[in-house]
Amino acid sequence: MTTISPRPPTRQADQARLVGLAAPLGSSLPLAGQRRVEASDRKNHGRMDRPRLAGRRSSLNALVELAIRVLAFTSIAAIVLIFVFIGKEAWPLLHDSVIGREVTLTKMWFAQLWPGYEGPEHVWQPVSEVPKYAAWPLVIGTLKVTLIAMLVAVPLGVGSALFVSQYAGRRLREIIKPTVELLAGVPSVVLGFFALMVMASWMQQVLGLDSRLNALVAGVALSFAIIPVVFTVSEEAFGAVPRSYVEASTALGAARWQTIVRVVIPAAGPGVAAGIALGLGRAVGETMIVLMASGNAAILSASPADSVRTVSATIAAELAEVVFGGAHYTVLFFLGVLLFGFTLATNLLGEFAIGRMRRRLGGTA
Amino acid sequence: MQKRQVQGRGNQTRSRSILKTATQGLAMATALLAPLAAVAGDITVKGSDTMVILGQRWAEEYMRAHPSTTIQVTGGGSGTGISALINGTTDVCQASRPMSAAEKEKLRDRYATVGVEIPVARDGLSVYVNASNPLTEITMDQLKLIFTGKVTNWKELGGPDAKIVVYSRENSSGTYVFFKEHVLKNADYTVRAQSMPGTAAVVNAVAKEKFGIGYGGAAYAKGIKLLKVKQDAGGPAIPPDEAHVKDGSYPLSRPLFFYLRNKPTGDVGAFVDWVLSPVGQAIVTKVGYYPLK
Repeated sequence: MTTISPRPPTRQADQARLVGLAAPLGSSLPLAGQRRVEASDRKNHGRMDRPRLAGRRSSLNALVELAIRVLAFTSIAAIVLIFVFIGKEAWPLLHDSVIGREVTLTKMWFAQLWPGYEGPEHVWQPVSEVPKYAAWPLVIGTLKVTLIAMLVAVPLGVGSALFVSQYAGRRLREIIKPTVELLAGVPSVVLGFFALMVMASWMQQVLGLDSRLNALVAGVALSFAIIPVVFTVSEEAFGAVPRSYVEASTALGAARWQTIVRVVIPAAGPGVAAGIALGLGRAVGETMIVLMASGNAAILSASPADSVRTVSATIAAELAEVVFGGAHYTVLFFLGVLLFGFTLATNLLGEFAIGRMRRRLGGTA
Repeated sequence: MQKRQVQGRGNQTRSRSILKTATQGLAMATALLAPLAAVAGDITVKGSDTMVILGQRWAEEYMRAHPSTTIQVTGGGSGTGISALINGTTDVCQASRPMSAAEKEKLRDRYATVGVEIPVARDGLSVYVNASNPLTEITMDQLKLIFTGKVTNWKELGGPDAKIVVYSRENSSGTYVFFKEHVLKNADYTVRAQSMPGTAAVVNAVAKEKFGIGYGGAAYAKGIKLLKVKQDAGGPAIPPDEAHVKDGSYPLSRPLFFYLRNKPTGDVGAFVDWVLSPVGQAIVTKVGYYPLK
């Protein structure tokens, strides 16, 4: 009977450990009713072999497995179906001739010379004698607010995660961690309301801005929604850095801050990047905060003190009114596809990076 | 070993029977309550954000007098309400602007009727400025120049040297469309006009913004100043009050409508009749709009 002997860590061994085999290393007792798993069980990828039991227990097992499998595939099916649906509604923009008379991709993405204007401009005014559907003001507005939010949220989120995982004592950690995660529970409409009523006036007083509702106010309010996301994932990343790395660095004579800057942060790099990617995805898709606090003026400018109109707020405000199947409706769905695609891409990137981090660090996760 | 198996099965049977009883109970409750939901009159009212407080006050008073009827009132803008009427998701649509020809055609395509238009109140669309603003009157032309972005500083109107902050409504709003047609003469709003989700939001924004200007229904005006409007530079400045709205001398007076797909009958008919009765019209005055007569 072969036993599991200590050997240099292999991928399979790590994963077997992650799965949490009950049999301690070196023991030779098999678990009741189950075949012994060896670390050399390549074809199992470290998973326990499915027990072959006879009779009613086995069919119940199969039924439960089927039910769970259906649930898992339902989530995937939901995402695929959502994408298909909004894609279907946005598709006429590309080929329909009736809609093509009112709006085309060219008209959306290039400055047009409209009657009554002095020069070619990007204008978003879909309810008008001549409907105008310029997408750049909306996209730039979204990016402006997201950038401001990330500039505030990333230092705060990563910094707090670093403090909580590396510097804070147990007591302090137990206070800070739940409090920051509590911020995640605040509904976005409440954050938007707070920004509209309190923050906007205060910012106008302190900074002397022309316009009370602008990208800066919306960005800062949005950062409150992102900080918990960045914090949670970064904190997990920092926590997953093995003690051995820190101990080795200290043994070699590094100061605390040197260890943190040169060992811990690079090791946790993919995890922190994942947190930032997830925060980015959330920021781009966030609707209520920007709807209430950004002023919703489709201005194309680089200044954060100007009001902005984001893609998400545009869809939220206008979709209820449009006539089904018309040009306005199709353009809104097209913007929805853009938004969906972007957030899907950033979330996938984040998930991928988290997976890489877990594998790389062997996971205390 | 055997004992453990028996216990295991017993736990399964117990949980399965609890599940069964729960499902049966739920089914019975639904079956008993369903007829109740069908019997009570249920009226959906959707549409104009200008009219939503009026609709809600009407609904409250009507439900107090007729407890068997429930009325749901939501806003979203006149455009939203008209779309809902066309899509069949509402009984009554509140609108602060008339239905356009294109919308009437869509309604005819779906329901073989051009709908029924019932004026229920009058509104004087007011121009709001901050209470600290020295301006007291404005001409229609100046309004157009401000809201199309041709005039950007208060000093061009004789006010302080400061940029004008323009507040407008979302494009689903009937007020937005009415203002565009009657004041801007179908020109575009300036891109710098900030879109607020409702009239109350416009009032709130102008109240907090020293150099702001906005527009909306007369009933919401609290904490801000209403400007008198002159048809042209030489004419009299008319304030948006009851007398001037009723006789039509205020340039921005407009009727507020109910739209229905067919002539109102049954529960909906009783509600509409009540709204047009002296009791309903008294509520119009209380809310801050102007009755039909």
